[in-house]
Amino acid sequence: MEKTLNSKTKTALSAICIAAFLLIVFALDNTISAGSSWKMLITVIEKGSIFALVAASMNLLNGFTGLFSLGQAGFMLIGAYTYAIFTIPAASHDKVYQYFDGGLIQWSIVEILEDKLGVFGHYLGMFIPMIGAGLIVALIAFLIGIPVLRLKSDYLAIATLGFAEILRAFFQWNTLGPITNGSNVLRKYTTYGNAVFPVIIAGISIAIILLLINSTYGRAFRAIRDDEIAAEAMGVNLFKHKEMSFVISSFFAGVSGALLAMFQTTINATPFNTVMTYEILLIVVIGGIGSITGSIIGAFLFTAASEWWLRGLDAGRWLGISSSLMRPGFRKVVFAVLIMMIVLFYAQGIMGSKEFSWDRFFAWIKSRPEALKTLPARRKAKSAAKKEARASKAAAKAKAKAAKDEGEAKKASGEKLFTPLPVSDEIMIFGKEGK
Amino acid sequence: MGFIHTWLPYILAGIAVGGQYALIAIGYTMVYGILRLINFAHGDVFMWSGLIMVYLITILPLWASVILVILFAIVLGTTIEKVAYRPLRSAPRMSIMISAIGVSYLLQNFALYITGGLTKTYPTIAWLQKTVQIGSATTKMVTVITPILTIVLVFLLVMLIKHTKIGMAMRAVSRDFETSSLMGIDINRVITVTFVIGCGLAAIGSVLYFSNYTGIQPMSGAMPGLKAFVAAVFGGIGSVPGAVVGAFIIGVCENIIKGTGWTTFSDAFTFVLLIVILMVKPTGLFGEKNIDKV
Repeated sequence: MEKTLNSKTKTALSAICIAAFLLIVFALDNTISAGSSWKMLITVIEKGSIFALVAASMNLLNGFTGLFSLGQAGFMLIGAYTYAIFTIPAASHDKVYQYFDGGLIQWSIVEILEDKLGVFGHYLGMFIPMIGAGLIVALIAFLIGIPVLRLKSDYLAIATLGFAEILRAFFQWNTLGPITNGSNVLRKYTTYGNAVFPVIIAGISIAIILLLINSTYGRAFRAIRDDEIAAEAMGVNLFKHKEMSFVISSFFAGVSGALLAMFQTTINATPFNTVMTYEILLIVVIGGIGSITGSIIGAFLFTAASEWWLRGLDAGRWLGISSSLMRPGFRKVVFAVLIMMIVLFYAQGIMGSKEFSWDRFFAWIKSRPEALKTLPARRKAKSAAKKEARASKAAAKAKAKAAKDEGEAKKASGEKLFTPLPVSDEIMIFGKEGK
Repeated sequence: MGFIHTWLPYILAGIAVGGQYALIAIGYTMVYGILRLINFAHGDVFMWSGLIMVYLITILPLWASVILVILFAIVLGTTIEKVAYRPLRSAPRMSIMISAIGVSYLLQNFALYITGGLTKTYPTIAWLQKTVQIGSATTKMVTVITPILTIVLVFLLVMLIKHTKIGMAMRAVSRDFETSSLMGIDINRVITVTFVIGCGLAAIGSVLYFSNYTGIQPMSGAMPGLKAFVAAVFGGIGSVPGAVVGAFIIGVCENIIKGTGWTTFSDAFTFVLLIVILMVKPTGLFGEKNIDKV
């Protein structure tokens, strides 16, 4: 047995890594100038952490509770709107709500608190509507959950997808214009100044999700995922736990929606459609269904690939290759093909259902020199095994063909292929004992 | 009479749209009946057949392009089945559904690439656009043709399912997948035929559906696809006549809602209906009861 690190060291290591990461993000955001091509890195960190949060929340539902829900984009939409509506500065209302006489709500929480508490009030004013967004989404999810969570797997998927579409229609409804600005964009609301902000908020939220998963409730969720009927027999209240998972997941989807609103600086209901939900689901799949670490890695890879690494494919030049095929939209096609490959050939995703742990990390590092040394041997063994498999397959095929030919020949010569089993009049299933 | 006078146009439009939904819904209901899979890519096959029509009509006469569009949809559908669903046949149901979502994502993005994100103008088929007088309402030929064509096609399909060998195999496979494969039914062939029928009908549906609209864009298939699925659930998933009845009801209700001025919520209505149905009668109108055993 390998010697494991004690938990204090592990906590310290994690804390150091997190602090270092935050510091790096903070420093990068302050040093990289707006025109630099590395600015993309900041975008990836911001958007990646937002999507990591929503992917983790979806994973809680799909991967840990086994509820195949596709309503995440709808919940993000409510979160984004709730945040934006309450933080538009009073002076900008007339401009934003130009078609609705300045709108119904004429104040901003951020401004009210900033007047009273200064800088601290500014952040509190951002924090309160963000949590409020989560709570409103949670409330709506609670109400939606009562009918919907009684449905089984794929019906649940369609019903949640349907609810997300209804919400989208609702937010674009002209009658609600004084609040939601109808189908026009909401803008000019308060946003964060530094990329550290979404990273911190997403980090705390994901930590809470992880704590939940490792609690008694989390174990109940996993029991429901593995076998609903068995879980019920063991005394897990199915509906209560499903509803709880749904509400909590939606809460964090709402928070990530608020963060997304801040990231984009303008929001509109149109992009929160099924495609967005699909993208979140695909992030979860890439990372591994049932692994929060996987969702985080998946989210960063997904955003990095779609926003940064594959950008050249749209511009006509990528990795030094240029082709007339590469015009706007090509990036997404390549990306979708890559995702299909992962879904078909690498179904367990990057992390499978494992989580990151320092023990495994160090064990992996330690095993590297050994693995490197044995690499040629293993490669040889692998190719030999492949060759053997191919040979045995060919042999089996030849054998089957020979047998078939033999049979055909016999059939042609009129020989009987089967000897029928003797048929007796009486059928004895269990003979009586002693007879 | 005043009532009919005001509402007849909406009801007629509803029946026409319902017929178009029915043609899509058959694909959903048959695939679900056999594979227990919501084929999320079906709506995109529908959209792609519309898109291909836009390109074909520029070089070919109408009849040839319609035939080619149907062939294209069939090839696309069976290819999807072969590449994305067949390898996952023994995998858990969630992975095959994710694969379907992945295919849908791919088809939409590919359409986005081909069209450059622009809305393409769907060709006007003069014969379908002719005006026809029914009672007090004036409509287009397509409104009259759609329900008739739908009913004829559905009748042929039901005959096929009831009276041919392949139809019998389909019924057997939908009843019990494993047992029927043990009985010597070539499952893969049955599934391919299912996809051929579903996609062919969706292609016919796309010609009729997009004739009513001026434009087509990569997301055009998503909404009708979802609605057709709801129609299939409403009628009892796995049942062809059920899907058709469900589609007509949804089409008519949707257009009546549009007529009352609640256009924003005409889409939402479909999903409210879905949830109500699943709550009250999860097996749908014509569905069979399915009991989960431990």
